Amino acid sequence: MGVPELERAIAGGGLIGAAATIYWRVNGRVAGVSGIVSAALSSKSERATAVSFLAGLAVAGLAGAALTTSVAPATDRAPLLALAGLLVGVGTRLGGGCTSGHGVCGLSRLSRRSLAATLTFILTGALTVLVVSRWLPASRGS
Amino acid sequence: MKAALSAFGCGSLFGVGLLVSGMTDPNRLRAFLDFTGNWDPSLAGVMAGAIVVHGTALWIERRRVGAPLGPQAAIDARLVGGAAIFGVGWGLAGFCPGPAIVNLGRAPARAWVFVAAMVVGALIGEAMGARRPSRDANASTTRAPAC
Repeated sequence: MGVPELERAIAGGGLIGAAATIYWRVNGRVAGVSGIVSAALSSKSERATAVSFLAGLAVAGLAGAALTTSVAPATDRAPLLALAGLLVGVGTRLGGGCTSGHGVCGLSRLSRRSLAATLTFILTGALTVLVVSRWLPASRGS
Repeated sequence: MKAALSAFGCGSLFGVGLLVSGMTDPNRLRAFLDFTGNWDPSLAGVMAGAIVVHGTALWIERRRVGAPLGPQAAIDARLVGGAAIFGVGWGLAGFCPGPAIVNLGRAPARAWVFVAAMVVGALIGEAMGARRPSRDANASTTRAPAC
């Protein structure tokens, strides 16, 4: 990875941090995406705010389609994608957060729970990639 | 209305941050987990950039109120188990929730399959949480804290 890519990563992270800060300040909520999906599904009082946030995410993606080129698939297998989505949905609800909720917002407020969760999902994610790349090389896509 | 507009703006800014950082590419998102192969440290840079900005804002607030912010619950099996399950899903598809939603309009077939399954999973996870005897009588209306 070249230096410009790392700079872009840090700059993009700064924008995410700014978004999380405004969401916390103005909307009084934690900008954890899995938590926001959950609020959109099952909280009557928070639904409008949560759906607005998710719509913003999706609209950014549409706008970004014109600017960036590659959305190379990690896998094209629908059953594998469905299984992965199911695990991410169940796991983030039981664990109370995802990369943004624990990895950004939780670590930003020095939460021990979020540190434990972040280290755990990076560990099991790394083990999964190790196993998949060893025994299911075809699923790696491009 | 103001809250909805702000939330929409925050979601857009968050999405632009993911696009700028390259985290909407599932291969790169998964490459962060590929420690024994072509490891891509981008996500660590993204988290560092985000934590510097958001952490500074929270640090100022913490000094102002003079107390830790947010829930300070213990680390339990549910937290670690849930995070472990999430990590497996992320490793399989190279998607976590934010990038998957940004990709709904860009890589429709893949992202929709993933997000639809994620919604089903979230509902299952909430149902499992609501059945837990350790939670109070209002469990069906309370959500797990976002972090």
